[in-house]
Amino acid sequence: MPYETDYTNQGFTKVGTRVNRPDGVDKVTGRAKYGADANAAGQLVGRVLRSPHAHALITKIDTSKAEKLPGVKAVLTGKDFPDLTGGNRGLMDILENCMARGRALYDGHAVAAVAAIDADTANKALKLIKVTYKQLPHVTDVDEAIKPSAPIIHDWVRTAGVTPAPTTASNVAQRSEFGHGDVDAGFAQADVIIEKSFKTEQTHQGYIEPHACLATLGPDGSGELWVTTQGHFTFRNVCASLLGLEVAKLKVTSSEIGGGFGGKTHVWTEPVALQLSRKANRPVKLVMSRDEVFRATGPTSSTSVDVKIGAKRNGKITAATAELRYQSGAFPGMWAMFGAMTSFACYDLKNVKSVGFDVLVNRPKVAAYRAPSAPMAAFAVESVVDMLAAEIGMDAVDFRIKNAAKKGTKASYGPVYGPIGIGPTLDAVKNHPHMKRKLGKNQGRGVACGFWFNFGGQTCTDLNIGVDGSVNLTVGTVDVGGSRASLALIAAEELGIDYEQVRVTIGDTNSLGHNDTTEGSRGTFSSGMATIFAARNAVEVLKQRAAATWDIPVEQVVWEAGEARAKGKQNNNLPPLSLKEIAAKSPRTGGPIAGHNEVVADGAGVSFASHMCDVEVDPETGATKILRYTVVQDAGKAIHPDYVEGQFQGGAAQGIGWALNEEYIYGDDGRLQNAGFLDYRIPVCSDLPFIDTQILEIPNPNHPYGVRGVGETSIVPPLAAIGNAVSNAVGVRMTHVPMSPPRILKAIEDGQA
Amino acid sequence: MRFESPTTTKAAATLLASESGVAHVLAGGTDLLVRMKMGSIEPDLVVDIKRIESLRTLKVAAAGVQIGAAVPAVRLGESDKLRSLWPGVVEAANLIGSDQIQGRCTVVGNLCNASPAADSVPALIAAGAKALVVGPKGKRRVAVEKVVLGPGRTSLARDEFIEAVVLPARTGKSADAYLRFTPRTEMDIAVVSAAINLTLSRGIVQSAKVVLGAVAPTAVIVPAAAKALIGTKLDDAALDKMVAACRAACNPIDDKRGTIAYRTKVAGVMARRAALIAYERAGGSK
Ligand SMILES: Cc1cc2nc3c(=O)[nH]c(=O)nc-3n(C[C@H](O)[C@H](O)[C@H](O)COP(=O)(O)OP(=O)(O)OC[C@H]3O[C@@H](n4cnc5c(N)ncnc54)[C@H](O)[C@@H]3O)c2cc1C
Repeated sequence: MPYETDYTNQGFTKVGTRVNRPDGVDKVTGRAKYGADANAAGQLVGRVLRSPHAHALITKIDTSKAEKLPGVKAVLTGKDFPDLTGGNRGLMDILENCMARGRALYDGHAVAAVAAIDADTANKALKLIKVTYKQLPHVTDVDEAIKPSAPIIHDWVRTAGVTPAPTTASNVAQRSEFGHGDVDAGFAQADVIIEKSFKTEQTHQGYIEPHACLATLGPDGSGELWVTTQGHFTFRNVCASLLGLEVAKLKVTSSEIGGGFGGKTHVWTEPVALQLSRKANRPVKLVMSRDEVFRATGPTSSTSVDVKIGAKRNGKITAATAELRYQSGAFPGMWAMFGAMTSFACYDLKNVKSVGFDVLVNRPKVAAYRAPSAPMAAFAVESVVDMLAAEIGMDAVDFRIKNAAKKGTKASYGPVYGPIGIGPTLDAVKNHPHMKRKLGKNQGRGVACGFWFNFGGQTCTDLNIGVDGSVNLTVGTVDVGGSRASLALIAAEELGIDYEQVRVTIGDTNSLGHNDTTEGSRGTFSSGMATIFAARNAVEVLKQRAAATWDIPVEQVVWEAGEARAKGKQNNNLPPLSLKEIAAKSPRTGGPIAGHNEVVADGAGVSFASHMCDVEVDPETGATKILRYTVVQDAGKAIHPDYVEGQFQGGAAQGIGWALNEEYIYGDDGRLQNAGFLDYRIPVCSDLPFIDTQILEIPNPNHPYGVRGVGETSIVPPLAAIGNAVSNAVGVRMTHVPMSPPRILKAIEDGQA
Repeated sequence: MRFESPTTTKAAATLLASESGVAHVLAGGTDLLVRMKMGSIEPDLVVDIKRIESLRTLKVAAAGVQIGAAVPAVRLGESDKLRSLWPGVVEAANLIGSDQIQGRCTVVGNLCNASPAADSVPALIAAGAKALVVGPKGKRRVAVEKVVLGPGRTSLARDEFIEAVVLPARTGKSADAYLRFTPRTEMDIAVVSAAINLTLSRGIVQSAKVVLGAVAPTAVIVPAAAKALIGTKLDDAALDKMVAACRAACNPIDDKRGTIAYRTKVAGVMARRAALIAYERAGGSK
């Protein structure tokens, strides 16, 4: 690896400080432009007609009345999207999800769209579209969908990952297995074995900003898309493929984003908006309603998981297995695979096996949700870990410490770990004042661990120095959590200039090379890496300009504390040249000064967290109050500690909502019953305690500053930490998330019975 | 759609009476505007009553309280006198939504929206509140429990509206209390609720009214529960009897917000807790 390996004592002066975020003022004054804030002359309003049925053949769509309505400029159905996917099934799934092709696969599936001069006209037009459905049997529960009697969602799906390859269709799209050793032999050595089954319900990321875009596509095949997204390059590529455009001719600009958490990594209505625009030859603005966001974007899987772990009386785990069934909605996914990979990643296990089943159901296509799939697996595994520790009579934290993975551990999903933070986070938990707080009546404490891989990926960054010495850093990773502040700190650190001298812009797709989506906790890791390299390239140019100014060989110039210094006795009389001075002279020394970098940012360091939680349960109503919550997580290196802590707190807050109240509720008719924030209960401020945090820094040797991604891991432990705390409070093991008041009350009553 | 903001009740009544299409009164709009935005109603006429001065008045006296139909819920909580006379009614109104919602919404709107889960309605019924109804033929006075017929349905004629609700005179050692169960701490809707209004004499309950919310299509008055309390000091046996009566009176539905079993059970829990609060407020001690 070409990177520095010495991380400690790097002597940072900017990195690690808590500066104000550059986008803060815009956001609190309302000046920031989000997805729905762009307008174009002559724009139309786009609206989508959605299936009320969970599963139905679309036998006929009559759009003639809608087309005749004055003010309607375009009407689309599946027929308006020719198949340009070239046999790529993954692309076809995206296309079919954007607009049904003969069959509605879930309540909320798009079946037609209109563009009209205003919202009233568009809504009237939707009502004039006559769709004839023939309802088909449906299935929404993951365990039901596996049964042989279940209606088949796609007759072309054969279970992948099974030999011999099946010849008949199944709702199990994929089986994936991970592990090593001999689990049977391991269980034979165990003194105690615990086996338990768990369920988790489907949740949505719950970002406050709905999906929104402004699309323009002309008959010449060139267009523009302004959109709220986590990855405008990915959106560009996907839209271009689906609509038959050249990528260079579709300019996609990412707006400010009001939350994504994985849900804005996929296209939903954007290809529809572009196609409406092409048909109408006018710009089309399409903003989803909250109801549409719930019914027709990408929530996370509901799951059903069996876990079995055996251990010796001395607390050493001898074997562990898990079978994980995750529904991926109406299209194949790889969510159970992630569940299987992450389930035992925190532990150093000789014998381990996890098997995931990705299952199709009549629900919206599942998308990533912050460390996708890991929280549900952790809920099941960390619950059994707690039960096992209790059965052996060992403290649950000591039990985890005894079995924790470390440097050199072969992870259950394959690789051998480098330096990792699970052990240190557990040690920090053990010594944390939180653990010493006394608990009262009906109160309980829970601890749980979590893991996430993190991702690096393709990155392309530009750094341009203005003649006044101010610096424009243009990155292609959307800022979803304060990364502009972190990246400006990094640029300032490398150049030796003030943080305020750097302005970070998220470049559109025409101003930079491809950047992967901001997902996998990669924003600060990968763009941070590219920023370091781009800045170092700019420093080389600065040194050359100084050398030219002084007329000395560039080898005699060094860059220190934001200025070029001439080294060697012969240069003693040369005063240093600051970045500002060199920049001022740049028009005459060779023109603009810039640094660029293109990189595949490999080596994202894995990330671990351990959480502590205290709850009080009202035994008469089953209501849970979170009394205290503390997150300990390894950040590698916290570039901007505020935003690292913000990620820790945000993940915990979402996890608390998921653990206690959030869930998709489907009726027997297969319709979603709570497509709104009233009955889909994300926590409000008064539901949460102050969420305390502790940042650990175990450097990632694959990043110049030791950075690891921090955005996702924090949502992994909460379901389990709260599950353990509630179970301890009520004396009954909770196995079904969310642990809503009715479920807890029933568990208490069943436990007493 | 036509939008009118008359300044007299008479003008408002005339507007409603002369509209042939769908007409709606607009008070705080926290239900009406939401429903319009969702597209579930498309009124031809909206009559904003907030410009009618007489509807904006809140009169508070021991001899009686009058809450105008345009008085936002926040004003109830701002009146110390009202809080000491009718703490249960005030706490119910001040549970609606959030500070922002309460800055707009009214208890009359809460009543006329006719949701089984409306927070202020059980408390108003327990208080013995009456609605002052205006129509083209004049005014009438009707018990609050007679206003709501079922979810989304009221007994008001299409050209009638409510001018105010009035609470009766307070006598003796009396107090009320309202409790609801919601999964969230705020911005939520009652899964079940209970309002209790008690009058004591020497620590013994002389009169009682027990009303449950969200356990049936309308708020439910439970005379058997009230009877269980009368003549007692809210000893455990009396409370158990009241709880049993409450549960027997429940006729809830299984839905996304709770199961029949859960609602029935927790209705009793809320009633018991509310009874104890009201008792203590009225000066009873155990
Ligand atoms: C975010 C949010 C949270 C909420 N939380 C709660 C809650 O916790 N508890 C709760 O009970 N409710 C809640 N609500 C519902 C709503 O706020 C209440 O029902 C409120 O009291 C309605 O009052 P309003 O003045 O806003 O009514 P409006 O919306 O103005 O009117 C409601 C209905 O009553 C009719 N109406 C209004 N005034 C009169 C009148 N004088 N005569 C005849 N008809 C009339 C209207 O035509 C309309 O049909 C919530 C609403 C929102 C948006």
